[in-house]
Amino acid sequence: MSTLPTFADETVRMPSRGTVAMVCLIVAESAIFTIFVVAYVYYIGRSTYGPTPQILNVPIFNTICLLSSSLTIVAAEHAIKHGHMRRFAALWALTMALGIEFLVGTGIEWRKMIFEDHLTIRTNLFGTTFYSLVGLHASHVIVGLLMLSLVMIFTLLGYVEQSHAERIQVLALYWHFVDAVWVVVFTVVYIVGR
Amino acid sequence: MADQSLPISGPLTEAYPTRGTFLEWLHSWVVTVDHKKLGILYIVYAVFFLLVAGAEAMAMRIQLAVPNNHFLSPELFNEFFTMHGTTMVFLVGMTIIFGIGNYLVPLMIGARDMAFPRLNAFSFWLSAFGGLLLYFSFVGGFGLYGMGSAPDVTWWAYAPLTAKAFTPGHNTDYWALSLIVMGFGTLGAAINTLATAFSMRCRGMTLLRMPLFVWLMIVTSALTLITITPLTAAQVMLIIDRYLGGHFFDAQAGGAPIVWMHFFWVFGHPEVYVLILPAFGIASEVIPVFSRKAIFGYPAMVAASVGIAFVSTTVWAHHMFTVGMTSVGNTFFVLSTMMVGIPTGIKIFNWIATMWGGKIRFATPMLFCTAFLFQFLCAGLTGIMLSIAPWDWQLHNSYFVIAHFHYTLTGSFLFCMFAAFYYWYPKVTGRMLSEKLGKWHFWLFFLGFHLTFDTMHFVGILGMPRSIYTYEADRGWNTLNFWISMGGFVQAIAILIFAWNMIDSYRRGKEAGNDPWDAWTLEWSTPSPPPAYNFAEDPVVRSRRPLWDIKHPNDPDWKYER
Repeated sequence: MSTLPTFADETVRMPSRGTVAMVCLIVAESAIFTIFVVAYVYYIGRSTYGPTPQILNVPIFNTICLLSSSLTIVAAEHAIKHGHMRRFAALWALTMALGIEFLVGTGIEWRKMIFEDHLTIRTNLFGTTFYSLVGLHASHVIVGLLMLSLVMIFTLLGYVEQSHAERIQVLALYWHFVDAVWVVVFTVVYIVGR
Repeated sequence: MADQSLPISGPLTEAYPTRGTFLEWLHSWVVTVDHKKLGILYIVYAVFFLLVAGAEAMAMRIQLAVPNNHFLSPELFNEFFTMHGTTMVFLVGMTIIFGIGNYLVPLMIGARDMAFPRLNAFSFWLSAFGGLLLYFSFVGGFGLYGMGSAPDVTWWAYAPLTAKAFTPGHNTDYWALSLIVMGFGTLGAAINTLATAFSMRCRGMTLLRMPLFVWLMIVTSALTLITITPLTAAQVMLIIDRYLGGHFFDAQAGGAPIVWMHFFWVFGHPEVYVLILPAFGIASEVIPVFSRKAIFGYPAMVAASVGIAFVSTTVWAHHMFTVGMTSVGNTFFVLSTMMVGIPTGIKIFNWIATMWGGKIRFATPMLFCTAFLFQFLCAGLTGIMLSIAPWDWQLHNSYFVIAHFHYTLTGSFLFCMFAAFYYWYPKVTGRMLSEKLGKWHFWLFFLGFHLTFDTMHFVGILGMPRSIYTYEADRGWNTLNFWISMGGFVQAIAILIFAWNMIDSYRRGKEAGNDPWDAWTLEWSTPSPPPAYNFAEDPVVRSRRPLWDIKHPNDPDWKYER
């Protein structure tokens, strides 16, 4: 084999498998969200009875929290890439706190809708589409938080090192996706649909 | 050329260690994360369900062989055609393509294993348990009659038939839940295939040197990502409707059953391309090797495959011409459906050009691929016919449609799968399949296939609707239906010969050696069956036909490809 000539393109740099897989997962998840968003948009104003989207309050503080968590996780990625582990842990905890605030805020919003406005998933078509779309997003926030907290636990136990920066970036991709989807959900539910 | 003379590194002995006790053997298969063993598990699983769903089809053909038959009750007939469709698409089609892909993709690109071996095992077992869940409905799903009953709402499960009011009991839930489980398994397999092909290639294996089968697995997996997920989403909605009292498809509350149709066919149409694209990949591997020529128009083949994937996502509503869309909608879907003919036409011409002037060997794999070319052309032509909305208004939900899609899925997809079995069985087991039984299998299956599905076109044009459990004797369909059923029996005999060939050749088949077909892709450079580590040394590739370069050092491909 050594008698054969070697060519420059034999050492192509290939993307990391983690990044490829996460991008694929995000594409697949986007398709799921697309179907739910299309259903929501198609059914706007088609509910034949019961509460309407007028009862919604725009969750501005929640949105600011969730979107800024994307910035803190970028800062955390930057910190671990340069080996600043204490700063990484602090920024990671801040990201988690912002995510948890978003969930608590959603919980308060849903509590008001369920007990004051008497809107549940079975009340009418608006309830069905609203709770399933916003709930689908919230369940992604929960999954993201579970993964973030795993990293947090390992960080506190001292297992996470600078060499894991790339894996952290792959996980952060998912968190960015969850935030980006919220922009779409927010636009559709609280601006277009209200 | 004798394969032993190849400069192949690594031992040529039996790859797997000798077997211990039965329990050790079983344990090794259950806990395995090896892509080859998982590939075999996928394939065995798919072949098992091919026999099950085939038996369901045979029972339906016995029922329809003569008018006013009482072989199956109407309820059982509904369950059988629902389960036949669901099983063939999800348990046979999806598992067999990802099984063959699992086995071959790492070997073809010179990798040690898939990118995520444990995700690979997880995906297989999800698919496996999803299939068992679906079939458990025969004993566990309490249907309308208070007894075990399988899903009976057809494999496209249109709303509002699936609403709790119209389908009480749990059989529809079995259908939705098992397909959600299998959907996640398929998603894992697709992500794994993409990560493997993009990140695990050996030195020199640029994207445009990959075997076409790997390219087609990439395209199919990418299409799976955006195809299987809408189905999962729609089924989550169905479950919300059925269990949580939601109103997605509830017309009284403002919901729209037509939304289910759109969501299902957004999945359902690209799905047939997900199935047929790996079949194209197999034909693109087999036809060159048995024509003794390199594939004609490799870049055009890649471009056409990607093109098919893109076009296929815009054609779904051609399943819905009869529900009454606007004329603009109809026109769009007529034209987009006809567009599929362009890239598929490019592929057919390239395969013919590959065979043109070649030194063709009609071994069994090549026989199946040649028949595939002819039948796929016919399937494409009836597809163009059905894409014309006024024609579709006449023939929608008739046996003409059944004949068309069985021409694509049996005449094209399954024929290519058989070609793959005869072509790669020696690599997987180290033994050749019997050519004599293979020829019997091919000619009987070919005969039975045409007897059944050619005739189905005519009975469809004569007005026989799909999904009916019996018909009156005065409709003029009797003779044709009898011959359709006879063709089914001939196919069943052929499938049994095939199953026997698989079992018998494993024990008594001729030793295959590394490279029985004198082929050119990397999987033929390892021993048969390949050792757990695949390649003793990481291979280096300089052209699309690495083994040709090794066998013909004076005339290697890389001189011409660059």
